[in-house]
Amino acid sequence: MKWVRNLLDNMKPNFQKGGKFPWLHSTFDAFETFAFVPKTTTTSGAHFRDALDMKRTMTMVILALMPALLFGTYNIGFQHFHSINPELSFFEGFWDNLWYGVIKILPIIVVSYVVGLSIEFGFAQWRKHDVNEGFLVTGMLIPMVMPPDVPLWQVALATAFAVVIGKEVFGGTGMNFLNPALLARAFLFFAFPSSMSGDNVWIAEKADAFSGATPLAEMMVGGNLPSTSFWDMFLGIMPGSIGETSSIAILLGAAFLIITGIGSWRITLSVFIGGALMGLTFNFFGSNPYTQIPFYYHYVMGGFMFGAVFMATDPVTAAQTNRGKWIYGILIGAMAVLIRVVNPAYPEGMMLAILLLNVFAPLIDYYVVDANIRKRVKRWKIKGGQNV
Amino acid sequence: MSDIIKIKKGFDIKISGKAIEKVSSPMVSSYALKPTDYIGITPKLLVKEGDRVKAGSPVFYSKLNEKILFTSSVSGTIESIQRGDKRAIEEIIILADSTQEYEDFGTDSLASMQRENVVEKLLKSGLWTLIRQRPYSTIPNSEVQPKCIIVKGFDSSPLGADYNFLLKGKGTDLQLGVDVLRKLTSGKIHVNISATQTTCDELLRLENVQINRFEGPHPSGNVSVQIANIDPINKGDIIWYIDAQDLAIVGKLFASGKLEMQKTIALVGPEVKNPQYFSVRFGACVSSIVENNVNTDKNLRYISGNILTGISISANGYIGTYDNLISVIEEGDYYEFLGWITPGIKKFSLSRTFLSGFCNLLPSKFRKPAQIDTNLHGGKRALVLTGEFEKVLPLDIYPMQLIKACIIEDIDLMEQLGIYEVDAEDFALCEVIDVSKTDIQQIIRNGLELIRKEMGE
Repeated sequence: MKWVRNLLDNMKPNFQKGGKFPWLHSTFDAFETFAFVPKTTTTSGAHFRDALDMKRTMTMVILALMPALLFGTYNIGFQHFHSINPELSFFEGFWDNLWYGVIKILPIIVVSYVVGLSIEFGFAQWRKHDVNEGFLVTGMLIPMVMPPDVPLWQVALATAFAVVIGKEVFGGTGMNFLNPALLARAFLFFAFPSSMSGDNVWIAEKADAFSGATPLAEMMVGGNLPSTSFWDMFLGIMPGSIGETSSIAILLGAAFLIITGIGSWRITLSVFIGGALMGLTFNFFGSNPYTQIPFYYHYVMGGFMFGAVFMATDPVTAAQTNRGKWIYGILIGAMAVLIRVVNPAYPEGMMLAILLLNVFAPLIDYYVVDANIRKRVKRWKIKGGQNV
Repeated sequence: MSDIIKIKKGFDIKISGKAIEKVSSPMVSSYALKPTDYIGITPKLLVKEGDRVKAGSPVFYSKLNEKILFTSSVSGTIESIQRGDKRAIEEIIILADSTQEYEDFGTDSLASMQRENVVEKLLKSGLWTLIRQRPYSTIPNSEVQPKCIIVKGFDSSPLGADYNFLLKGKGTDLQLGVDVLRKLTSGKIHVNISATQTTCDELLRLENVQINRFEGPHPSGNVSVQIANIDPINKGDIIWYIDAQDLAIVGKLFASGKLEMQKTIALVGPEVKNPQYFSVRFGACVSSIVENNVNTDKNLRYISGNILTGISISANGYIGTYDNLISVIEEGDYYEFLGWITPGIKKFSLSRTFLSGFCNLLPSKFRKPAQIDTNLHGGKRALVLTGEFEKVLPLDIYPMQLIKACIIEDIDLMEQLGIYEVDAEDFALCEVIDVSKTDIQQIIRNGLELIRKEMGE
């Protein structure tokens, strides 16, 4: 790979101060560091550092998303052909299904990355920062929480909104308080409700005769157990947002995130606990049929699982203290189920639950840290110190 | 015997090049006093180039506290005074005589001495500078009484020297040193030793002290971690600490009246051919120690101290006052093609995103030594990941919050979050594992310095 290095070394002076394109420095740096880990050495503090960097961290999350993405791609195709021919079994026409899915999803991914990365590069350039890798994950999450039929211009608009308003105005990656991918979805949800809700958007180019309602919508309207079986929902053979349907694919990703230590097991586990607590509470006190479904149905319907594993765990927007993470997660799970069951306006509560707790995460942390501070003050007072 | 205090969080980084139990006495002719070794000291010179000094003669004093003298460890001639930015004094280099002459500090019996006599003798001989205080890790004010004094009796850092070996035969000096400390405080003298490394016989035999035994991974040897477990520091508290080897030197001064600043240091690290111990005077030039004993085919970094907290020096630099290690590791100034995506069987990482990371689940004695170099392994980024620092910081402190409080220079918040209980070295492991490649130790040091200046200390 010497020639790549030589090529980069020859180009480098052009992008440095005094070169031809100093204003493209961040862009060049992003590509250079993508190809080569830089030769920078430690100058202060510990003389050696862990090999893990932000690029690898983000790559790990993208790898964890792959099972859900691949399944989602296939499911787009299957749901489309299944709506035309309800007799179709899952593996029938495998390549047709896959190909159809790829054709549908690829443009969405491309639009999300091109729009988002352009803005990220622009801001990095403007601020004279290095380009942060955070958007590599956001750019993949955005397509996965979209319905398959979403118009591309809306994806572009939502991505731009999420990156600029959700992230860059606060100072970029690490400074935002709302999950950018969910913000993109929420933006479309409220700005273009016809693209993001109802029974017609969850299957790409659905045959008109087919109902196309997601299990959540069925629960909402009918109040009966959804027509899809628990196991089909667990496997993900149902209409829905691109990446959210298959619990098993998402759980594979979750296992990967937890084994590598990139995802917070505390948050994921506590979201499930929160969902179960609220589900069981409804089972106990509830009066209408929706309150009576077993709590684990909530896990496999809609975006609960996807949110618990990939959205709630975003370290920047989640609670940052370990104790705070438990509270944050339990509240997300409980809120999501509460919104689903009680609020007639929204069939899906996960997105709003996470965004709500994103807002409250700093407050949770404040009280957790405050307990530590008060313990310190108390210890000091016992020793005869004065009040602070 | 007291109970063993178990430290659970932290990590022992295992690298090759641990010193074998063999001591050599190299011929060293060049020595240096480095004002930069001491935190918060502005030096005022008492000598000029060409002056003659004896072992124990003052070389400079602290501008803020004129009583604090810094003395020469050898007799010889001031060869040069090296200055850095803004003419700040970096090194005062002394060329040693072949036969040593000593200043006489008297051999009055310690029992008859009052606190002020003891303090005066320590200040005059320069040994006062071997005592440091928490908070801030500065040389303490002699007029203050600390609530206790800690004797550091083991080193948990990577390739740390074996104190059992360092202190062999120094029992009498150590006991006399403890008796000196007794004069300085009415509080306890804590001697902190490791429960798992070889039991430190000389320290165990000490009288009039409280022995505390610690078990667990690094940073169990850090003073902050020990203080938190034996006598937590509160706002306004002052605790002093001194290294056991330095304490023996204090004892020797009171026994002989001569300043014999001789200590045993270890030359360690993967790039050292024969890692072993050396007996040298303070401030010795390392060139005769490392010469012909390192892998010269590589670009090397010489560190006075351990690889987590030490200071980078040149191959003919000088060992720092408080250090008893010279670590030598490879410089990592190379590009690595797509290095962030490799499976990483040989890479050092505490995370399990590299295959090598899974080996870290094993106890350190079963692990293979990690291969390390000074490459930063990535670019500097905003602080993103959370919950990682807590795994390697065995203190009741919220590390991320404290780091951010230091960055925004919010003194009230730093105090509330416990800045007085920590030192920069406690965050070394956080710095190592930080994905964002932030220089955390520097941030904490800056925070401490900000408060110290604000408090006028």
